[in-house]
Amino acid sequence: MTGAPGRSAPTIDPKDLTLKISGAIIGLVIVLWLGKNFLYDPGQFLTVAIQGLKNGALYALIALGYTMVYGIIQLINFAHGDLFMLGTMMSAFVITTVLGQSSPGPAGYAAFVVALVVSMAFCGGLNVGIERFAYRRLRRAPKLAPLITAVGVSFVLQFIGLRWNGSGQKQWQSVIPDGQINIGSVEIDVQTIIIFAVTIPLLLLLTWLVTRTKQGRAMRATAQDQDAARLMGINVDRTISFTFALGGALAGAAGLMYQQVVGTTAYNLGFQLGLIAFTSAVLGGIGNLTGAVLGGLLIGLIQGLNDGLVYGLGQQWSQSVVFTILILLMVFKPAGLLGKNVTEKV
Amino acid sequence: MSALLEVRDLTVAYGNIVAVQGLSLDVHEGEIVTLIGSNGAGKSTTLRTISGLLKARSGSVAFNGERIDHLEGHETVAKGICQSPEGRRIFGGLTVDENLELGAFLRKDKAEIAADREYVLGLFPRLRERLTQKAGTMSGGEQQMLAVARALMGRPRLLILDEPSMGLAPVLVDLIFETIVKINEQGTTILLVEQNALAALRVAKRAYVLESGKIKLSGDAAELAKDPEVIKAYLGG
Ligand SMILES: Nc1ncnc2c1ncn2[C@@H]1O[C@H](COP(=O)(O)OP(=O)(O)O)[C@@H](O)[C@H]1O
Ligand SMILES: [Mg+2]
Repeated sequence: MTGAPGRSAPTIDPKDLTLKISGAIIGLVIVLWLGKNFLYDPGQFLTVAIQGLKNGALYALIALGYTMVYGIIQLINFAHGDLFMLGTMMSAFVITTVLGQSSPGPAGYAAFVVALVVSMAFCGGLNVGIERFAYRRLRRAPKLAPLITAVGVSFVLQFIGLRWNGSGQKQWQSVIPDGQINIGSVEIDVQTIIIFAVTIPLLLLLTWLVTRTKQGRAMRATAQDQDAARLMGINVDRTISFTFALGGALAGAAGLMYQQVVGTTAYNLGFQLGLIAFTSAVLGGIGNLTGAVLGGLLIGLIQGLNDGLVYGLGQQWSQSVVFTILILLMVFKPAGLLGKNVTEKV
Repeated sequence: MSALLEVRDLTVAYGNIVAVQGLSLDVHEGEIVTLIGSNGAGKSTTLRTISGLLKARSGSVAFNGERIDHLEGHETVAKGICQSPEGRRIFGGLTVDENLELGAFLRKDKAEIAADREYVLGLFPRLRERLTQKAGTMSGGEQQMLAVARALMGRPRLLILDEPSMGLAPVLVDLIFETIVKINEQGTTILLVEQNALAALRVAKRAYVLESGKIKLSGDAAELAKDPEVIKAYLGG
């Protein structure tokens, strides 16, 4: 009963061998390609890699929301990208409209911090509300019902974005300084530093919450077995709300940073970034928090290298490269980088 | 004196399928009561309803003189009912220690929790060697010990055990039943569901025999063990 029925027998299967050999060839090509680019111009290589990781950090924050919700109620929350989109608008509203900040300086930085708190609370609260009113009553319904509902919620959020922001893009002034620092021939923008300065503490806080606190233990127990969690005295509804709050708050933080770094807001932004973030979650192994971060950083890195390197395919191929890699990875590792093929439920 | 647990006229259904019909049973403070019956008789359904995981179609459940049939699963735990469910249902991805901590989820008394942890590790020394191991990687017997230990960590007034001996080697079955008696001697009231009717009737004070969702027989466990009908149907006689 407790063995691993999904594990394949130790005999060598010719199909398996073909898969391994082709995997090794693809891996070798990638390593050679990276090596050639690195030798061509190490400074530029590292510069674009860091640039890629900067976007990757935002993907990671959004991907965490997909993966946490999936982990706890096995729902692909299609509306999550749109929640991020509303986070960008809330940030612009707080910093520019309410606090009137449009340039770097002490007041601008204070506005940034205020917007971070407001956007995280707004998106976290909104996500809790969405779960409460749209998904909760469908928890025992066939899987397709909550999925379609999530698509519906996505449209509702986009409509709110459309009314809030108009049908086009809006440009905003940033309170983050434009400059960059140089370490040798490697350039790092101040924006990148700010993104990491916000993202890393958030990830550490999340890790602490999930692994060290009672609430986090309740989350992990609920994700594995809801009825068993109830028998421990865990309030499953509240634990699920907490999970939506966390995921939403991370999307809110990502929304602020996107709005400040890229400087634009648009009602359909959530679709594009949501898809990339969802891909990150799948790449890392959906349901796995570390996997989502890894997947997000990896996709950011791949995009950065592809778009910025001399021997890269260039920006117009960016999405194609990302999804080709996703498809290849799924062939070799269907459960994602850190996903498990065998479920833990016995 | 009224019973600690009073189930009256309980009917539970899954959609159109009525699994338990008009069931009444009592568990008094300090007793081991067993509910036996063949596969599909409705034993687990009864236990799940008592714990608030299922809602009864009609009838009532009272605990300590208070109606609890409207409560949710986590709320019955707060009242003092802990269940080790059928199939163990331990948290396989969490460590053994984390499983034990979850058993004491609603408790705040740190010192008492630590004492109870020592107590359950004393009952099942095997678990002490595996505290940092992922619970899902343990053997079936060890997982069963963990499931019982985890339920005990809630310091229940009523401990519900659903087939604690299922799928275990005979040596381990003996160990589990010995431990059940030990736990009861420490003052914990137990409602035990078993397919291993012989062993269950041996440790229990009173017993109920469930058949197709209805109580067929009930009474003193030792006497039921001698009942020709029971012997024929459940004791392989
Ligand atoms: N989740 C369920 N949905 C529908 N029917 C169920 C479900 N669980 C149990 N049953 C049915 O209810 C009856 C009683 O089941 P159960 O309480 O598990 O029996 P026991 O624990 O005595 O083996 C059986 O006929 C079983 O098929
Ligand atoms: Mg059963």
